[in-house]
Amino acid sequence: MAEQAVQRTDGQPPQPAGDRSRDGAASRDQDDFTGNYHVYEPYQVGLPPLRPYLRELWRRRQFALQLSKTKLRAKHYDTAFGQLWMVLTPLLMACVYFLLVMVIRGGSRGIDFFAHLTAALFAFQMFSSSVQEGANSIVRGGKLILNTAFPRVLLPLSAVVGAFRRFLPTIPLYVIIHAAVGVPVGWEMLLTIPLVVLILMTAAGVSSLVAAAQVYFRDLSSFLPHVLRIWLYTTPILYTADQATERGLGPLMWINPMAPIIRSWSSVIDNQELPDPAVIAAACGWAGFLFVVGILFFMSRERELVVRL
Amino acid sequence: MSSASEAGNGYSVEDGYSIVVDNVSVTYRTSVEGKPTLRSTIRRLGRRERIVREVEALKNVNFRIKRGAVYGVVGANGAGKSTLMRTVTGILPPTDGRVEVKGRVSTLLALGVGFNKELTGKENVVLGGLAAGLTREEVVEKYEEIVDFAELHDFMDMPMRTYSSGMYGRLAFSVAVSLDPDVLVIDEALSVGDARFKKKSFEKMQQLCGENRTILLVTHGMGTVKKLCDRAVWLHRGEVVMKDRAKEVVKHYTRFLQVAEDDELTAEEL
Repeated sequence: MAEQAVQRTDGQPPQPAGDRSRDGAASRDQDDFTGNYHVYEPYQVGLPPLRPYLRELWRRRQFALQLSKTKLRAKHYDTAFGQLWMVLTPLLMACVYFLLVMVIRGGSRGIDFFAHLTAALFAFQMFSSSVQEGANSIVRGGKLILNTAFPRVLLPLSAVVGAFRRFLPTIPLYVIIHAAVGVPVGWEMLLTIPLVVLILMTAAGVSSLVAAAQVYFRDLSSFLPHVLRIWLYTTPILYTADQATERGLGPLMWINPMAPIIRSWSSVIDNQELPDPAVIAAACGWAGFLFVVGILFFMSRERELVVRL
Repeated sequence: MSSASEAGNGYSVEDGYSIVVDNVSVTYRTSVEGKPTLRSTIRRLGRRERIVREVEALKNVNFRIKRGAVYGVVGANGAGKSTLMRTVTGILPPTDGRVEVKGRVSTLLALGVGFNKELTGKENVVLGGLAAGLTREEVVEKYEEIVDFAELHDFMDMPMRTYSSGMYGRLAFSVAVSLDPDVLVIDEALSVGDARFKKKSFEKMQQLCGENRTILLVTHGMGTVKKLCDRAVWLHRGEVVMKDRAKEVVKHYTRFLQVAEDDELTAEEL
């Protein structure tokens, strides 16, 4: 019914007399893709109609990009010192963890471990910071949600975009570390590009899930840093996946959705080796699953968000 | 217009209507708890308490608005006026029935203008425009007009937490009317700013009315309804009590309010 109606009015709708002055506006309406005919109907199985939803989502992609940019600017990341911090903070974090591992393991680790740690940590931080930002996106975006109709999933997605923007300056930083430590270079490292996509998909799914849950459980934000910290420790970052398997933690390397991704990440960056196909399959499987489940869960809660805020 | 009969009440936006609200009901579940937390949920589990309440905000509401008309919505607090606005703008889709809206919609709802206080006025205008579905070019194009109308040139690069409430409202009103809407939905927001800006916004409203735009106006000001609106609907506890010419609706609604007051008086006297 909705589809038919849309097609019907895409043609020239009969206009009342006296409307001639707005002919210009009418032709503009047909030029751009502004969806000027709206139908609001009850949700089917708790989900909004998918096609219009995705169309509106795509139309407003600039909003998600702008929002992430504005938020970075609000944190002064557009100033010279701000950008320095964007590089310094993850570097210091890597140093802290390196020191931690050195102390715990009695200094048995070489400098090439530092390269492994930084690469894996920067990738994981892209995930954890988008989850952290995304979790608050709905509760903080309250006013906009109450006042404007737009696909709400744009808010957690914009947090993912923001995390990606913060990840970008760490790439040259890592390249310097990689070169300084003297780790070889190989074409396998190109695999990092699809792996970044997998990380972003996982991040988008988990962020949406947590963002919707946060509306029902406002105290989730106080648990979240701890959950993410444990998640970091159970991902092969402060150690390698092989070490975990040796110590009988093998299953963890499959159960933790981030583990297969980071494991592949380390194997292409540290060793220039193609990851085990089973690990790649697990990484794709987890990323796809979390992306779809997270976003669908979010969309199923979307109508209620307005009345729960 | 054979296709029009497909819509339940026999009207569709093709017949020169801008808004068709067809048998719309809205129910939603909401929590009566101030700030829902995981901790309190777990605690409640043990006691088998339920704090989720079902709200029937609108019940089988029907009306349609001709293109270019100014339509008033009146009713006591809790009548469902705000829910109706949110349903018409797609913010809260209906549980039952169907809403059709033709044209670019701009909203100005009392529930909270969508500004983030930490961001500057300029950033908020850009984000608001993009969220409403404008392209970046359109936002840039409208920006000057918005600032001019709000008369806030010196404040646009300052965070909105530094704004007074009047300035806040002025910017909100300017954004809503400058987005070049075909349908403008306004909830209790006519009275923003000082007397001069009030006059200016009232004139702007009258100008918009004259431009064949459709306006849906929620207000408690009966004078405004009589002055601006052609027709009006009176809602009471989610149901339509009457819909007629604005003057008639105001007359009956005012009488109802007085009767209600008299009832209270007698109750107190007893």
